[in-house]
Amino acid sequence: MTQDYETVIGLEVHAQLRTRTKMFCGCSTAFGAPPNTQTCPVCQGMPGTLPVINRRAIEYGIKTALALQCSVNADNRFARKHYYYPDMPKNYQISQYEEPLAEHGRLEVEVGGVSRAIGIQRLHLEEDVGKLVHEGSLETAPSSQVDFNRAGVPLMEIVSLPDMRTPEEAAAYLRSLRAIVVYLGVCDGNMEEGSLRCDANISLRPRGAVEYGTKVEIKNMNSFRNVQHALEYEITRQARALETGERIVQETRLWDPDKGRTVSMRSKEFAHDYRYFPEPDLPPLDVEPAWIERVGATLPELPAARRARFMEAYGLGAYDADLLTGSRALGDYFEATAQACGKPKVAANWVLNELLRELAGDDERALAACPIPPANLADLIILIEDGTISGRIAKDVFEKMYRSGEDARAIVDREGLTQVADAGELSAVVDEVLAQHPKVVLDWKGGKKAARGFLVGQVMKATAGKASPAVVNSLLDEKLPKV
Amino acid sequence: MLTGLSVHELAGRFRRKEATPTQAARAYLDRITALDPKIKAYMTVTADRALAQAAAADARFQSGRPLGLLDGIPLAIKDVLCTRGIRTTCSSRILENFVPPYDATVVTKLLDAGAVILGKLNMDEFAMGSSTENSAFFTTRNPWDLARVPGGSSGGAAAAVAADLAAATLGTDTGGSIRQPAAFCGRVGLKPTYGRVSRYGLVAFASSLDQVGPFGKDVRDAALVLQAIAGHDPMDSTSVDVGVPDYSAELEGGVKGLRIGIPAEYFIEGLDPEVEAAVRAAVETLRGLGAESQSVSLPHTEYGLAAYYVIAPAEASSNLARYDGVKYGLRVPGARDLIDMYSRTRGAGFGAEVKRRVMLGTYALSAGYYDAYYGKALRVRTLVQRDFQRAFERVDVIVAPTTPGVAFKMGEREDPLQMYLNDVFTIPVNLAGLPGVSIPGGFTQTGLPVGLQIIGKAFDEATVLRVARAYEAATAWHERKPELTP
Repeated sequence: MTQDYETVIGLEVHAQLRTRTKMFCGCSTAFGAPPNTQTCPVCQGMPGTLPVINRRAIEYGIKTALALQCSVNADNRFARKHYYYPDMPKNYQISQYEEPLAEHGRLEVEVGGVSRAIGIQRLHLEEDVGKLVHEGSLETAPSSQVDFNRAGVPLMEIVSLPDMRTPEEAAAYLRSLRAIVVYLGVCDGNMEEGSLRCDANISLRPRGAVEYGTKVEIKNMNSFRNVQHALEYEITRQARALETGERIVQETRLWDPDKGRTVSMRSKEFAHDYRYFPEPDLPPLDVEPAWIERVGATLPELPAARRARFMEAYGLGAYDADLLTGSRALGDYFEATAQACGKPKVAANWVLNELLRELAGDDERALAACPIPPANLADLIILIEDGTISGRIAKDVFEKMYRSGEDARAIVDREGLTQVADAGELSAVVDEVLAQHPKVVLDWKGGKKAARGFLVGQVMKATAGKASPAVVNSLLDEKLPKV
Repeated sequence: MLTGLSVHELAGRFRRKEATPTQAARAYLDRITALDPKIKAYMTVTADRALAQAAAADARFQSGRPLGLLDGIPLAIKDVLCTRGIRTTCSSRILENFVPPYDATVVTKLLDAGAVILGKLNMDEFAMGSSTENSAFFTTRNPWDLARVPGGSSGGAAAAVAADLAAATLGTDTGGSIRQPAAFCGRVGLKPTYGRVSRYGLVAFASSLDQVGPFGKDVRDAALVLQAIAGHDPMDSTSVDVGVPDYSAELEGGVKGLRIGIPAEYFIEGLDPEVEAAVRAAVETLRGLGAESQSVSLPHTEYGLAAYYVIAPAEASSNLARYDGVKYGLRVPGARDLIDMYSRTRGAGFGAEVKRRVMLGTYALSAGYYDAYYGKALRVRTLVQRDFQRAFERVDVIVAPTTPGVAFKMGEREDPLQMYLNDVFTIPVNLAGLPGVSIPGGFTQTGLPVGLQIIGKAFDEATVLRVARAYEAATAWHERKPELTP
């Protein structure tokens, strides 16, 4: 059924900018402060107050625009978008409308090894609204209160063209976009806290059709998985509707992650008339070419370039390189470790398998909380590579390092975990094991190859894991046939 | 009587130790107590604060270190400018008990200059009107005839100066709200260039047109107060960072060789013959002082009013959206839900004229109408600006009537369109963002003041004031005072 239709998806992403102060006043943007402690007459919308543009926010917008290959508009201006809601102090939002900061960009995304460019329609800046706190549920609350701490926090809205054709592609686009804003340091990318929010427009059309179908807007998808699931659900829902000759209503639907479905929120046919008009309190913003150039000079290496470099310089596979460039912090961690130990592939394995298992995530915050600095992980890898400890012991040492923050050498020395590679010392242990397990030896002689592994295991057990597997193996090679 | 003195005269007395700021403040407060029940200029009188400020000024004079010419001068402020800790009503029910937590930049500047603030002045609600009849609380009277309006919207500010209830005052001008009441009350009222004075703390009516300016008993006083409030403010991005000249220094330069333009379009049917005669006589006076006059054309003048009544309400509908009962000001209780709270609060909190303009503006910005109304109005605005640009290629200032007629009787103009016509000569100046002053230009046979308007190039308040001062020095209109007895 769904294969008869082509899916058309466009995403609108709102990214909270990590400026110290708000978009139009000097209040702090820090998250989690007691309600209404980070407000002033301006962000409370007091009579007579006026906005003043935060130039850092513009800079972050330019930075992102350049990373997305947008053209930055030399003349751009703010506009007022009107609607009444108690979380919005002025009952209009200062946003951008006809003259956004930047337009016409693109973002390469890769799904299943195939790379596609998704068009960016526009990038503009606006102010965030406050937050309503209800006593109990919205329907039954006897009162609601407003917290304006978030009101006025700079938001960057990035609108894609309707270029995506599958939920996977949409998720990949969102991942790439998130990686870019996090790399640029303009947004912390935290979807749970709402620093990065995504709305989708999705429509279906018969394959081969040129005209778009009626689009539906999906909101409340606060994770990559939710984006993908919500879009998958919506494709099925719309395809079924089209099959049965139903009319798709242009509307906004909310994703309910618990029930795994979208529900109608409001019909666009009764849509707000936002009555946009140029913000008279702010003169047009003149973004001179020199400013754009200055900002361009500060652009860091972006995820795609870094991924290619990791593959080229460190011989990593595409999959590993992809994961390691998921955040700038993780890539930095990997690179520091790889350079300190000189074994990039081993370092990649340790970071991806052991470290990421322990960390809360792969973002800056998670890595900032990592108790093992890259140099210590590199030391651990060196201890393995020079044969001081076995790979198995190393995993225990790693766990101890993670819990205690101690370095590898200290743990190994204190606990006497140095690998036993002395053939003389191990020879006696091997002899003993062979003597204790005559039946296993017979099994081996009878052609049961697995029996040998059991014997290695017994030697390791007898030496508390410290025996060098290589030495044990060569001793067994030598002794087994002679038993 | 200290209250009869101009700012510069009073400042001289302070310096010569012939009077103290406290004596001046008391004199004004006494006069307010005696006379304001008749004039009704004040919304709020801040006597205690004023006396405390005056005492501080006394101390500065005693120690020989006064701050400047405004130190200790009793001033009053239109109730549309935010004053920390003093309620700021905009003469509206919706802000009846609103006490701002901050001072407008112009208020801060006056306080920093040592001024004594006597109180807040009545106005048309949210500065929408030409008579103060739109005040939600009471109508201010014209000191020259208590049955007549003082003009508006800064009617309280004009009447207070005319009745010697303050040495000088601050008003705001969006479409004539300083110049028209100055004309009606026979005093000097200056609207500076848009961007010359900070709007931070001025409760917005129409953001692209609003500007703060002084009322004075004479031109020199207006120059002194302008000096104190002018200049770039980082809190107002539309205030312009250009140098502020010493206005008083250039005041006495005369008009010899100055080119004066007389706009043909301002002498139209409906212009009171007595007003026309006064303006034409004023031109002759200026010629007598050495100025050259010529006719100029401002061909789009007749469209200015219509464009203004799209642009100003459009911006007002947006600016007034914040008064919703959620955060401050009036909230009418008993609402069933959010929308009900909004409509009850705004329904009870706004007067008829405010509602009319909010509806006009909302309509003009609506999808499908934007281009036909707001878009077109902006294009007209550009044409009006060009008219002035062309005229100012040939002349230094333009001299015209401030209003088509003199102060009218209370309740006389019930048709809003009739009322709007009052601003036909002042509105184009706001649309073009230019400075304009209204000064006393004579009196009618019945003894009502006539306003003479002088319009200048952008940021050229100095020339406007110089012409005004030359005319004032050659006439005695500004010396005439209304007869008032408690």
